[in-house]
Amino acid sequence: MSDEEEIILMDLNDDDLVAQIKDDLYDGLKDEVFEGVEILLERKWAANLILSDVLVEAMRIVGVDFRDGILFVPEVLQCAGAMKNGMGLLRPILAASDAQTSVGKYVIGTVKGDIHDIGKNLVGMMLEGAGFEVIDLGINNPVENYLEAIDKHKPDILGMSALLTTTMPYMGLVIEELDKRNILKELPVMVGGAPLNQEFSDAINAHSYGRDAAMSAELAKVIMGKNA
Amino acid sequence: MSGRAHIMTTARHKCLVIACGALAKEIVYLRRHLGIPDEALELRCLPAAFHNTPQKIAPGVDALLKECRDEYDRVLVAYGECGTGGALDAVLEQYNAERLPGAHCYEFFAGAAQFERIVDADIGSFFLTDYLVKNFERLVMKGLGLDRYPELTSVYFCNYTQVVYLAQTENADLQKKAAEAADLLGLNFVYKKVGYGDLAIDLEAFAQGLGFSARQQQQKHSENTRDEDHVSC
Repeated sequence: MSDEEEIILMDLNDDDLVAQIKDDLYDGLKDEVFEGVEILLERKWAANLILSDVLVEAMRIVGVDFRDGILFVPEVLQCAGAMKNGMGLLRPILAASDAQTSVGKYVIGTVKGDIHDIGKNLVGMMLEGAGFEVIDLGINNPVENYLEAIDKHKPDILGMSALLTTTMPYMGLVIEELDKRNILKELPVMVGGAPLNQEFSDAINAHSYGRDAAMSAELAKVIMGKNA
Repeated sequence: MSGRAHIMTTARHKCLVIACGALAKEIVYLRRHLGIPDEALELRCLPAAFHNTPQKIAPGVDALLKECRDEYDRVLVAYGECGTGGALDAVLEQYNAERLPGAHCYEFFAGAAQFERIVDADIGSFFLTDYLVKNFERLVMKGLGLDRYPELTSVYFCNYTQVVYLAQTENADLQKKAAEAADLLGLNFVYKKVGYGDLAIDLEAFAQGLGFSARQQQQKHSENTRDEDHVSC
């Protein structure tokens, strides 16, 4: 039990509250983040502003500290859980809002043979936070699933994820198939996953390599010409 | 265990095995089982904890090879690809060193064909070996932060359906512990005694390359000659 004085979120002014929500998200405190977002909404903050300037910004710092070896996977997952909690409040408001305009449509899925989805889910969350409409195909996707989703959803970007060295070459097969069907020249393909690197991404002719979730969302925005 | 590689013998030798710490006891056992004198085949280990941080494997092997490759005629790296994304193979190519076949230790313990059968039958298979069972608390529970955040169990394991214990030895205590681990993760439990698989075959081939008649030596040793006190990686 900490002997620090308990912070009453409701008593904080906006600037301090935002700083506190960011701290709470960094510490993976789900309930506190939820409460903080609730208070900002009560104070008539726009949902998209809470998402971009508070939650996504806090998660971006988490991503930087993960990259720098200050935070590790379990802590990042706790942070993601806290962000998800806050986003749960915002999602229905954003969906109902007239002002809601999608930055772009993004189809994402883990490739065939691979059931790992932690990284993919983090990327999906950051993309959503960045304003993308995300269509998540889940895990273990054969090329047919990607083709079907492209046909159905007409995405602006396709993202593929793999955790295993044995499954990452499958991304190359999907890209080849897209190329054969003349889809690749119109559809940027982003790849990511722990064993990947820029060299592999280049070798399989992917458009971009997302080193981590925050970077992937930034790259996706650049592809859409949003912050180039 | 320190992060520093441990030298098993002090004399200069022509052959070296650089191993994941998770394979150290198995390699020491096989070396003896195959009749290879300790001084003829030196063993150096990298921390088994690299299992959870595969990005450290290639730089770790690179550092060891840089330090001592010239002292040896042949070097066998007792790792699979181990999630290094090609980085380990790129290092080995630089130093003309070879590694064990397959993606992971699970694969070379089970043998490629059996491993493929297991994964084809159930893609949601989470594998344990003797070492991973013995060190489940440290490498899985603490390594994944489940000791601190047990609620993350479902995040990590929601797509898994079964724990497959690929046993090197027949050990009732380890079987019990592995079953308990499966229970803790909320997964079904499958036990398969696979022994040393391709690790034994590759070390035997390596030994034959050194001029040791491994099969003759094997007859002199039975399973119960195993001496695990030899290892201090």
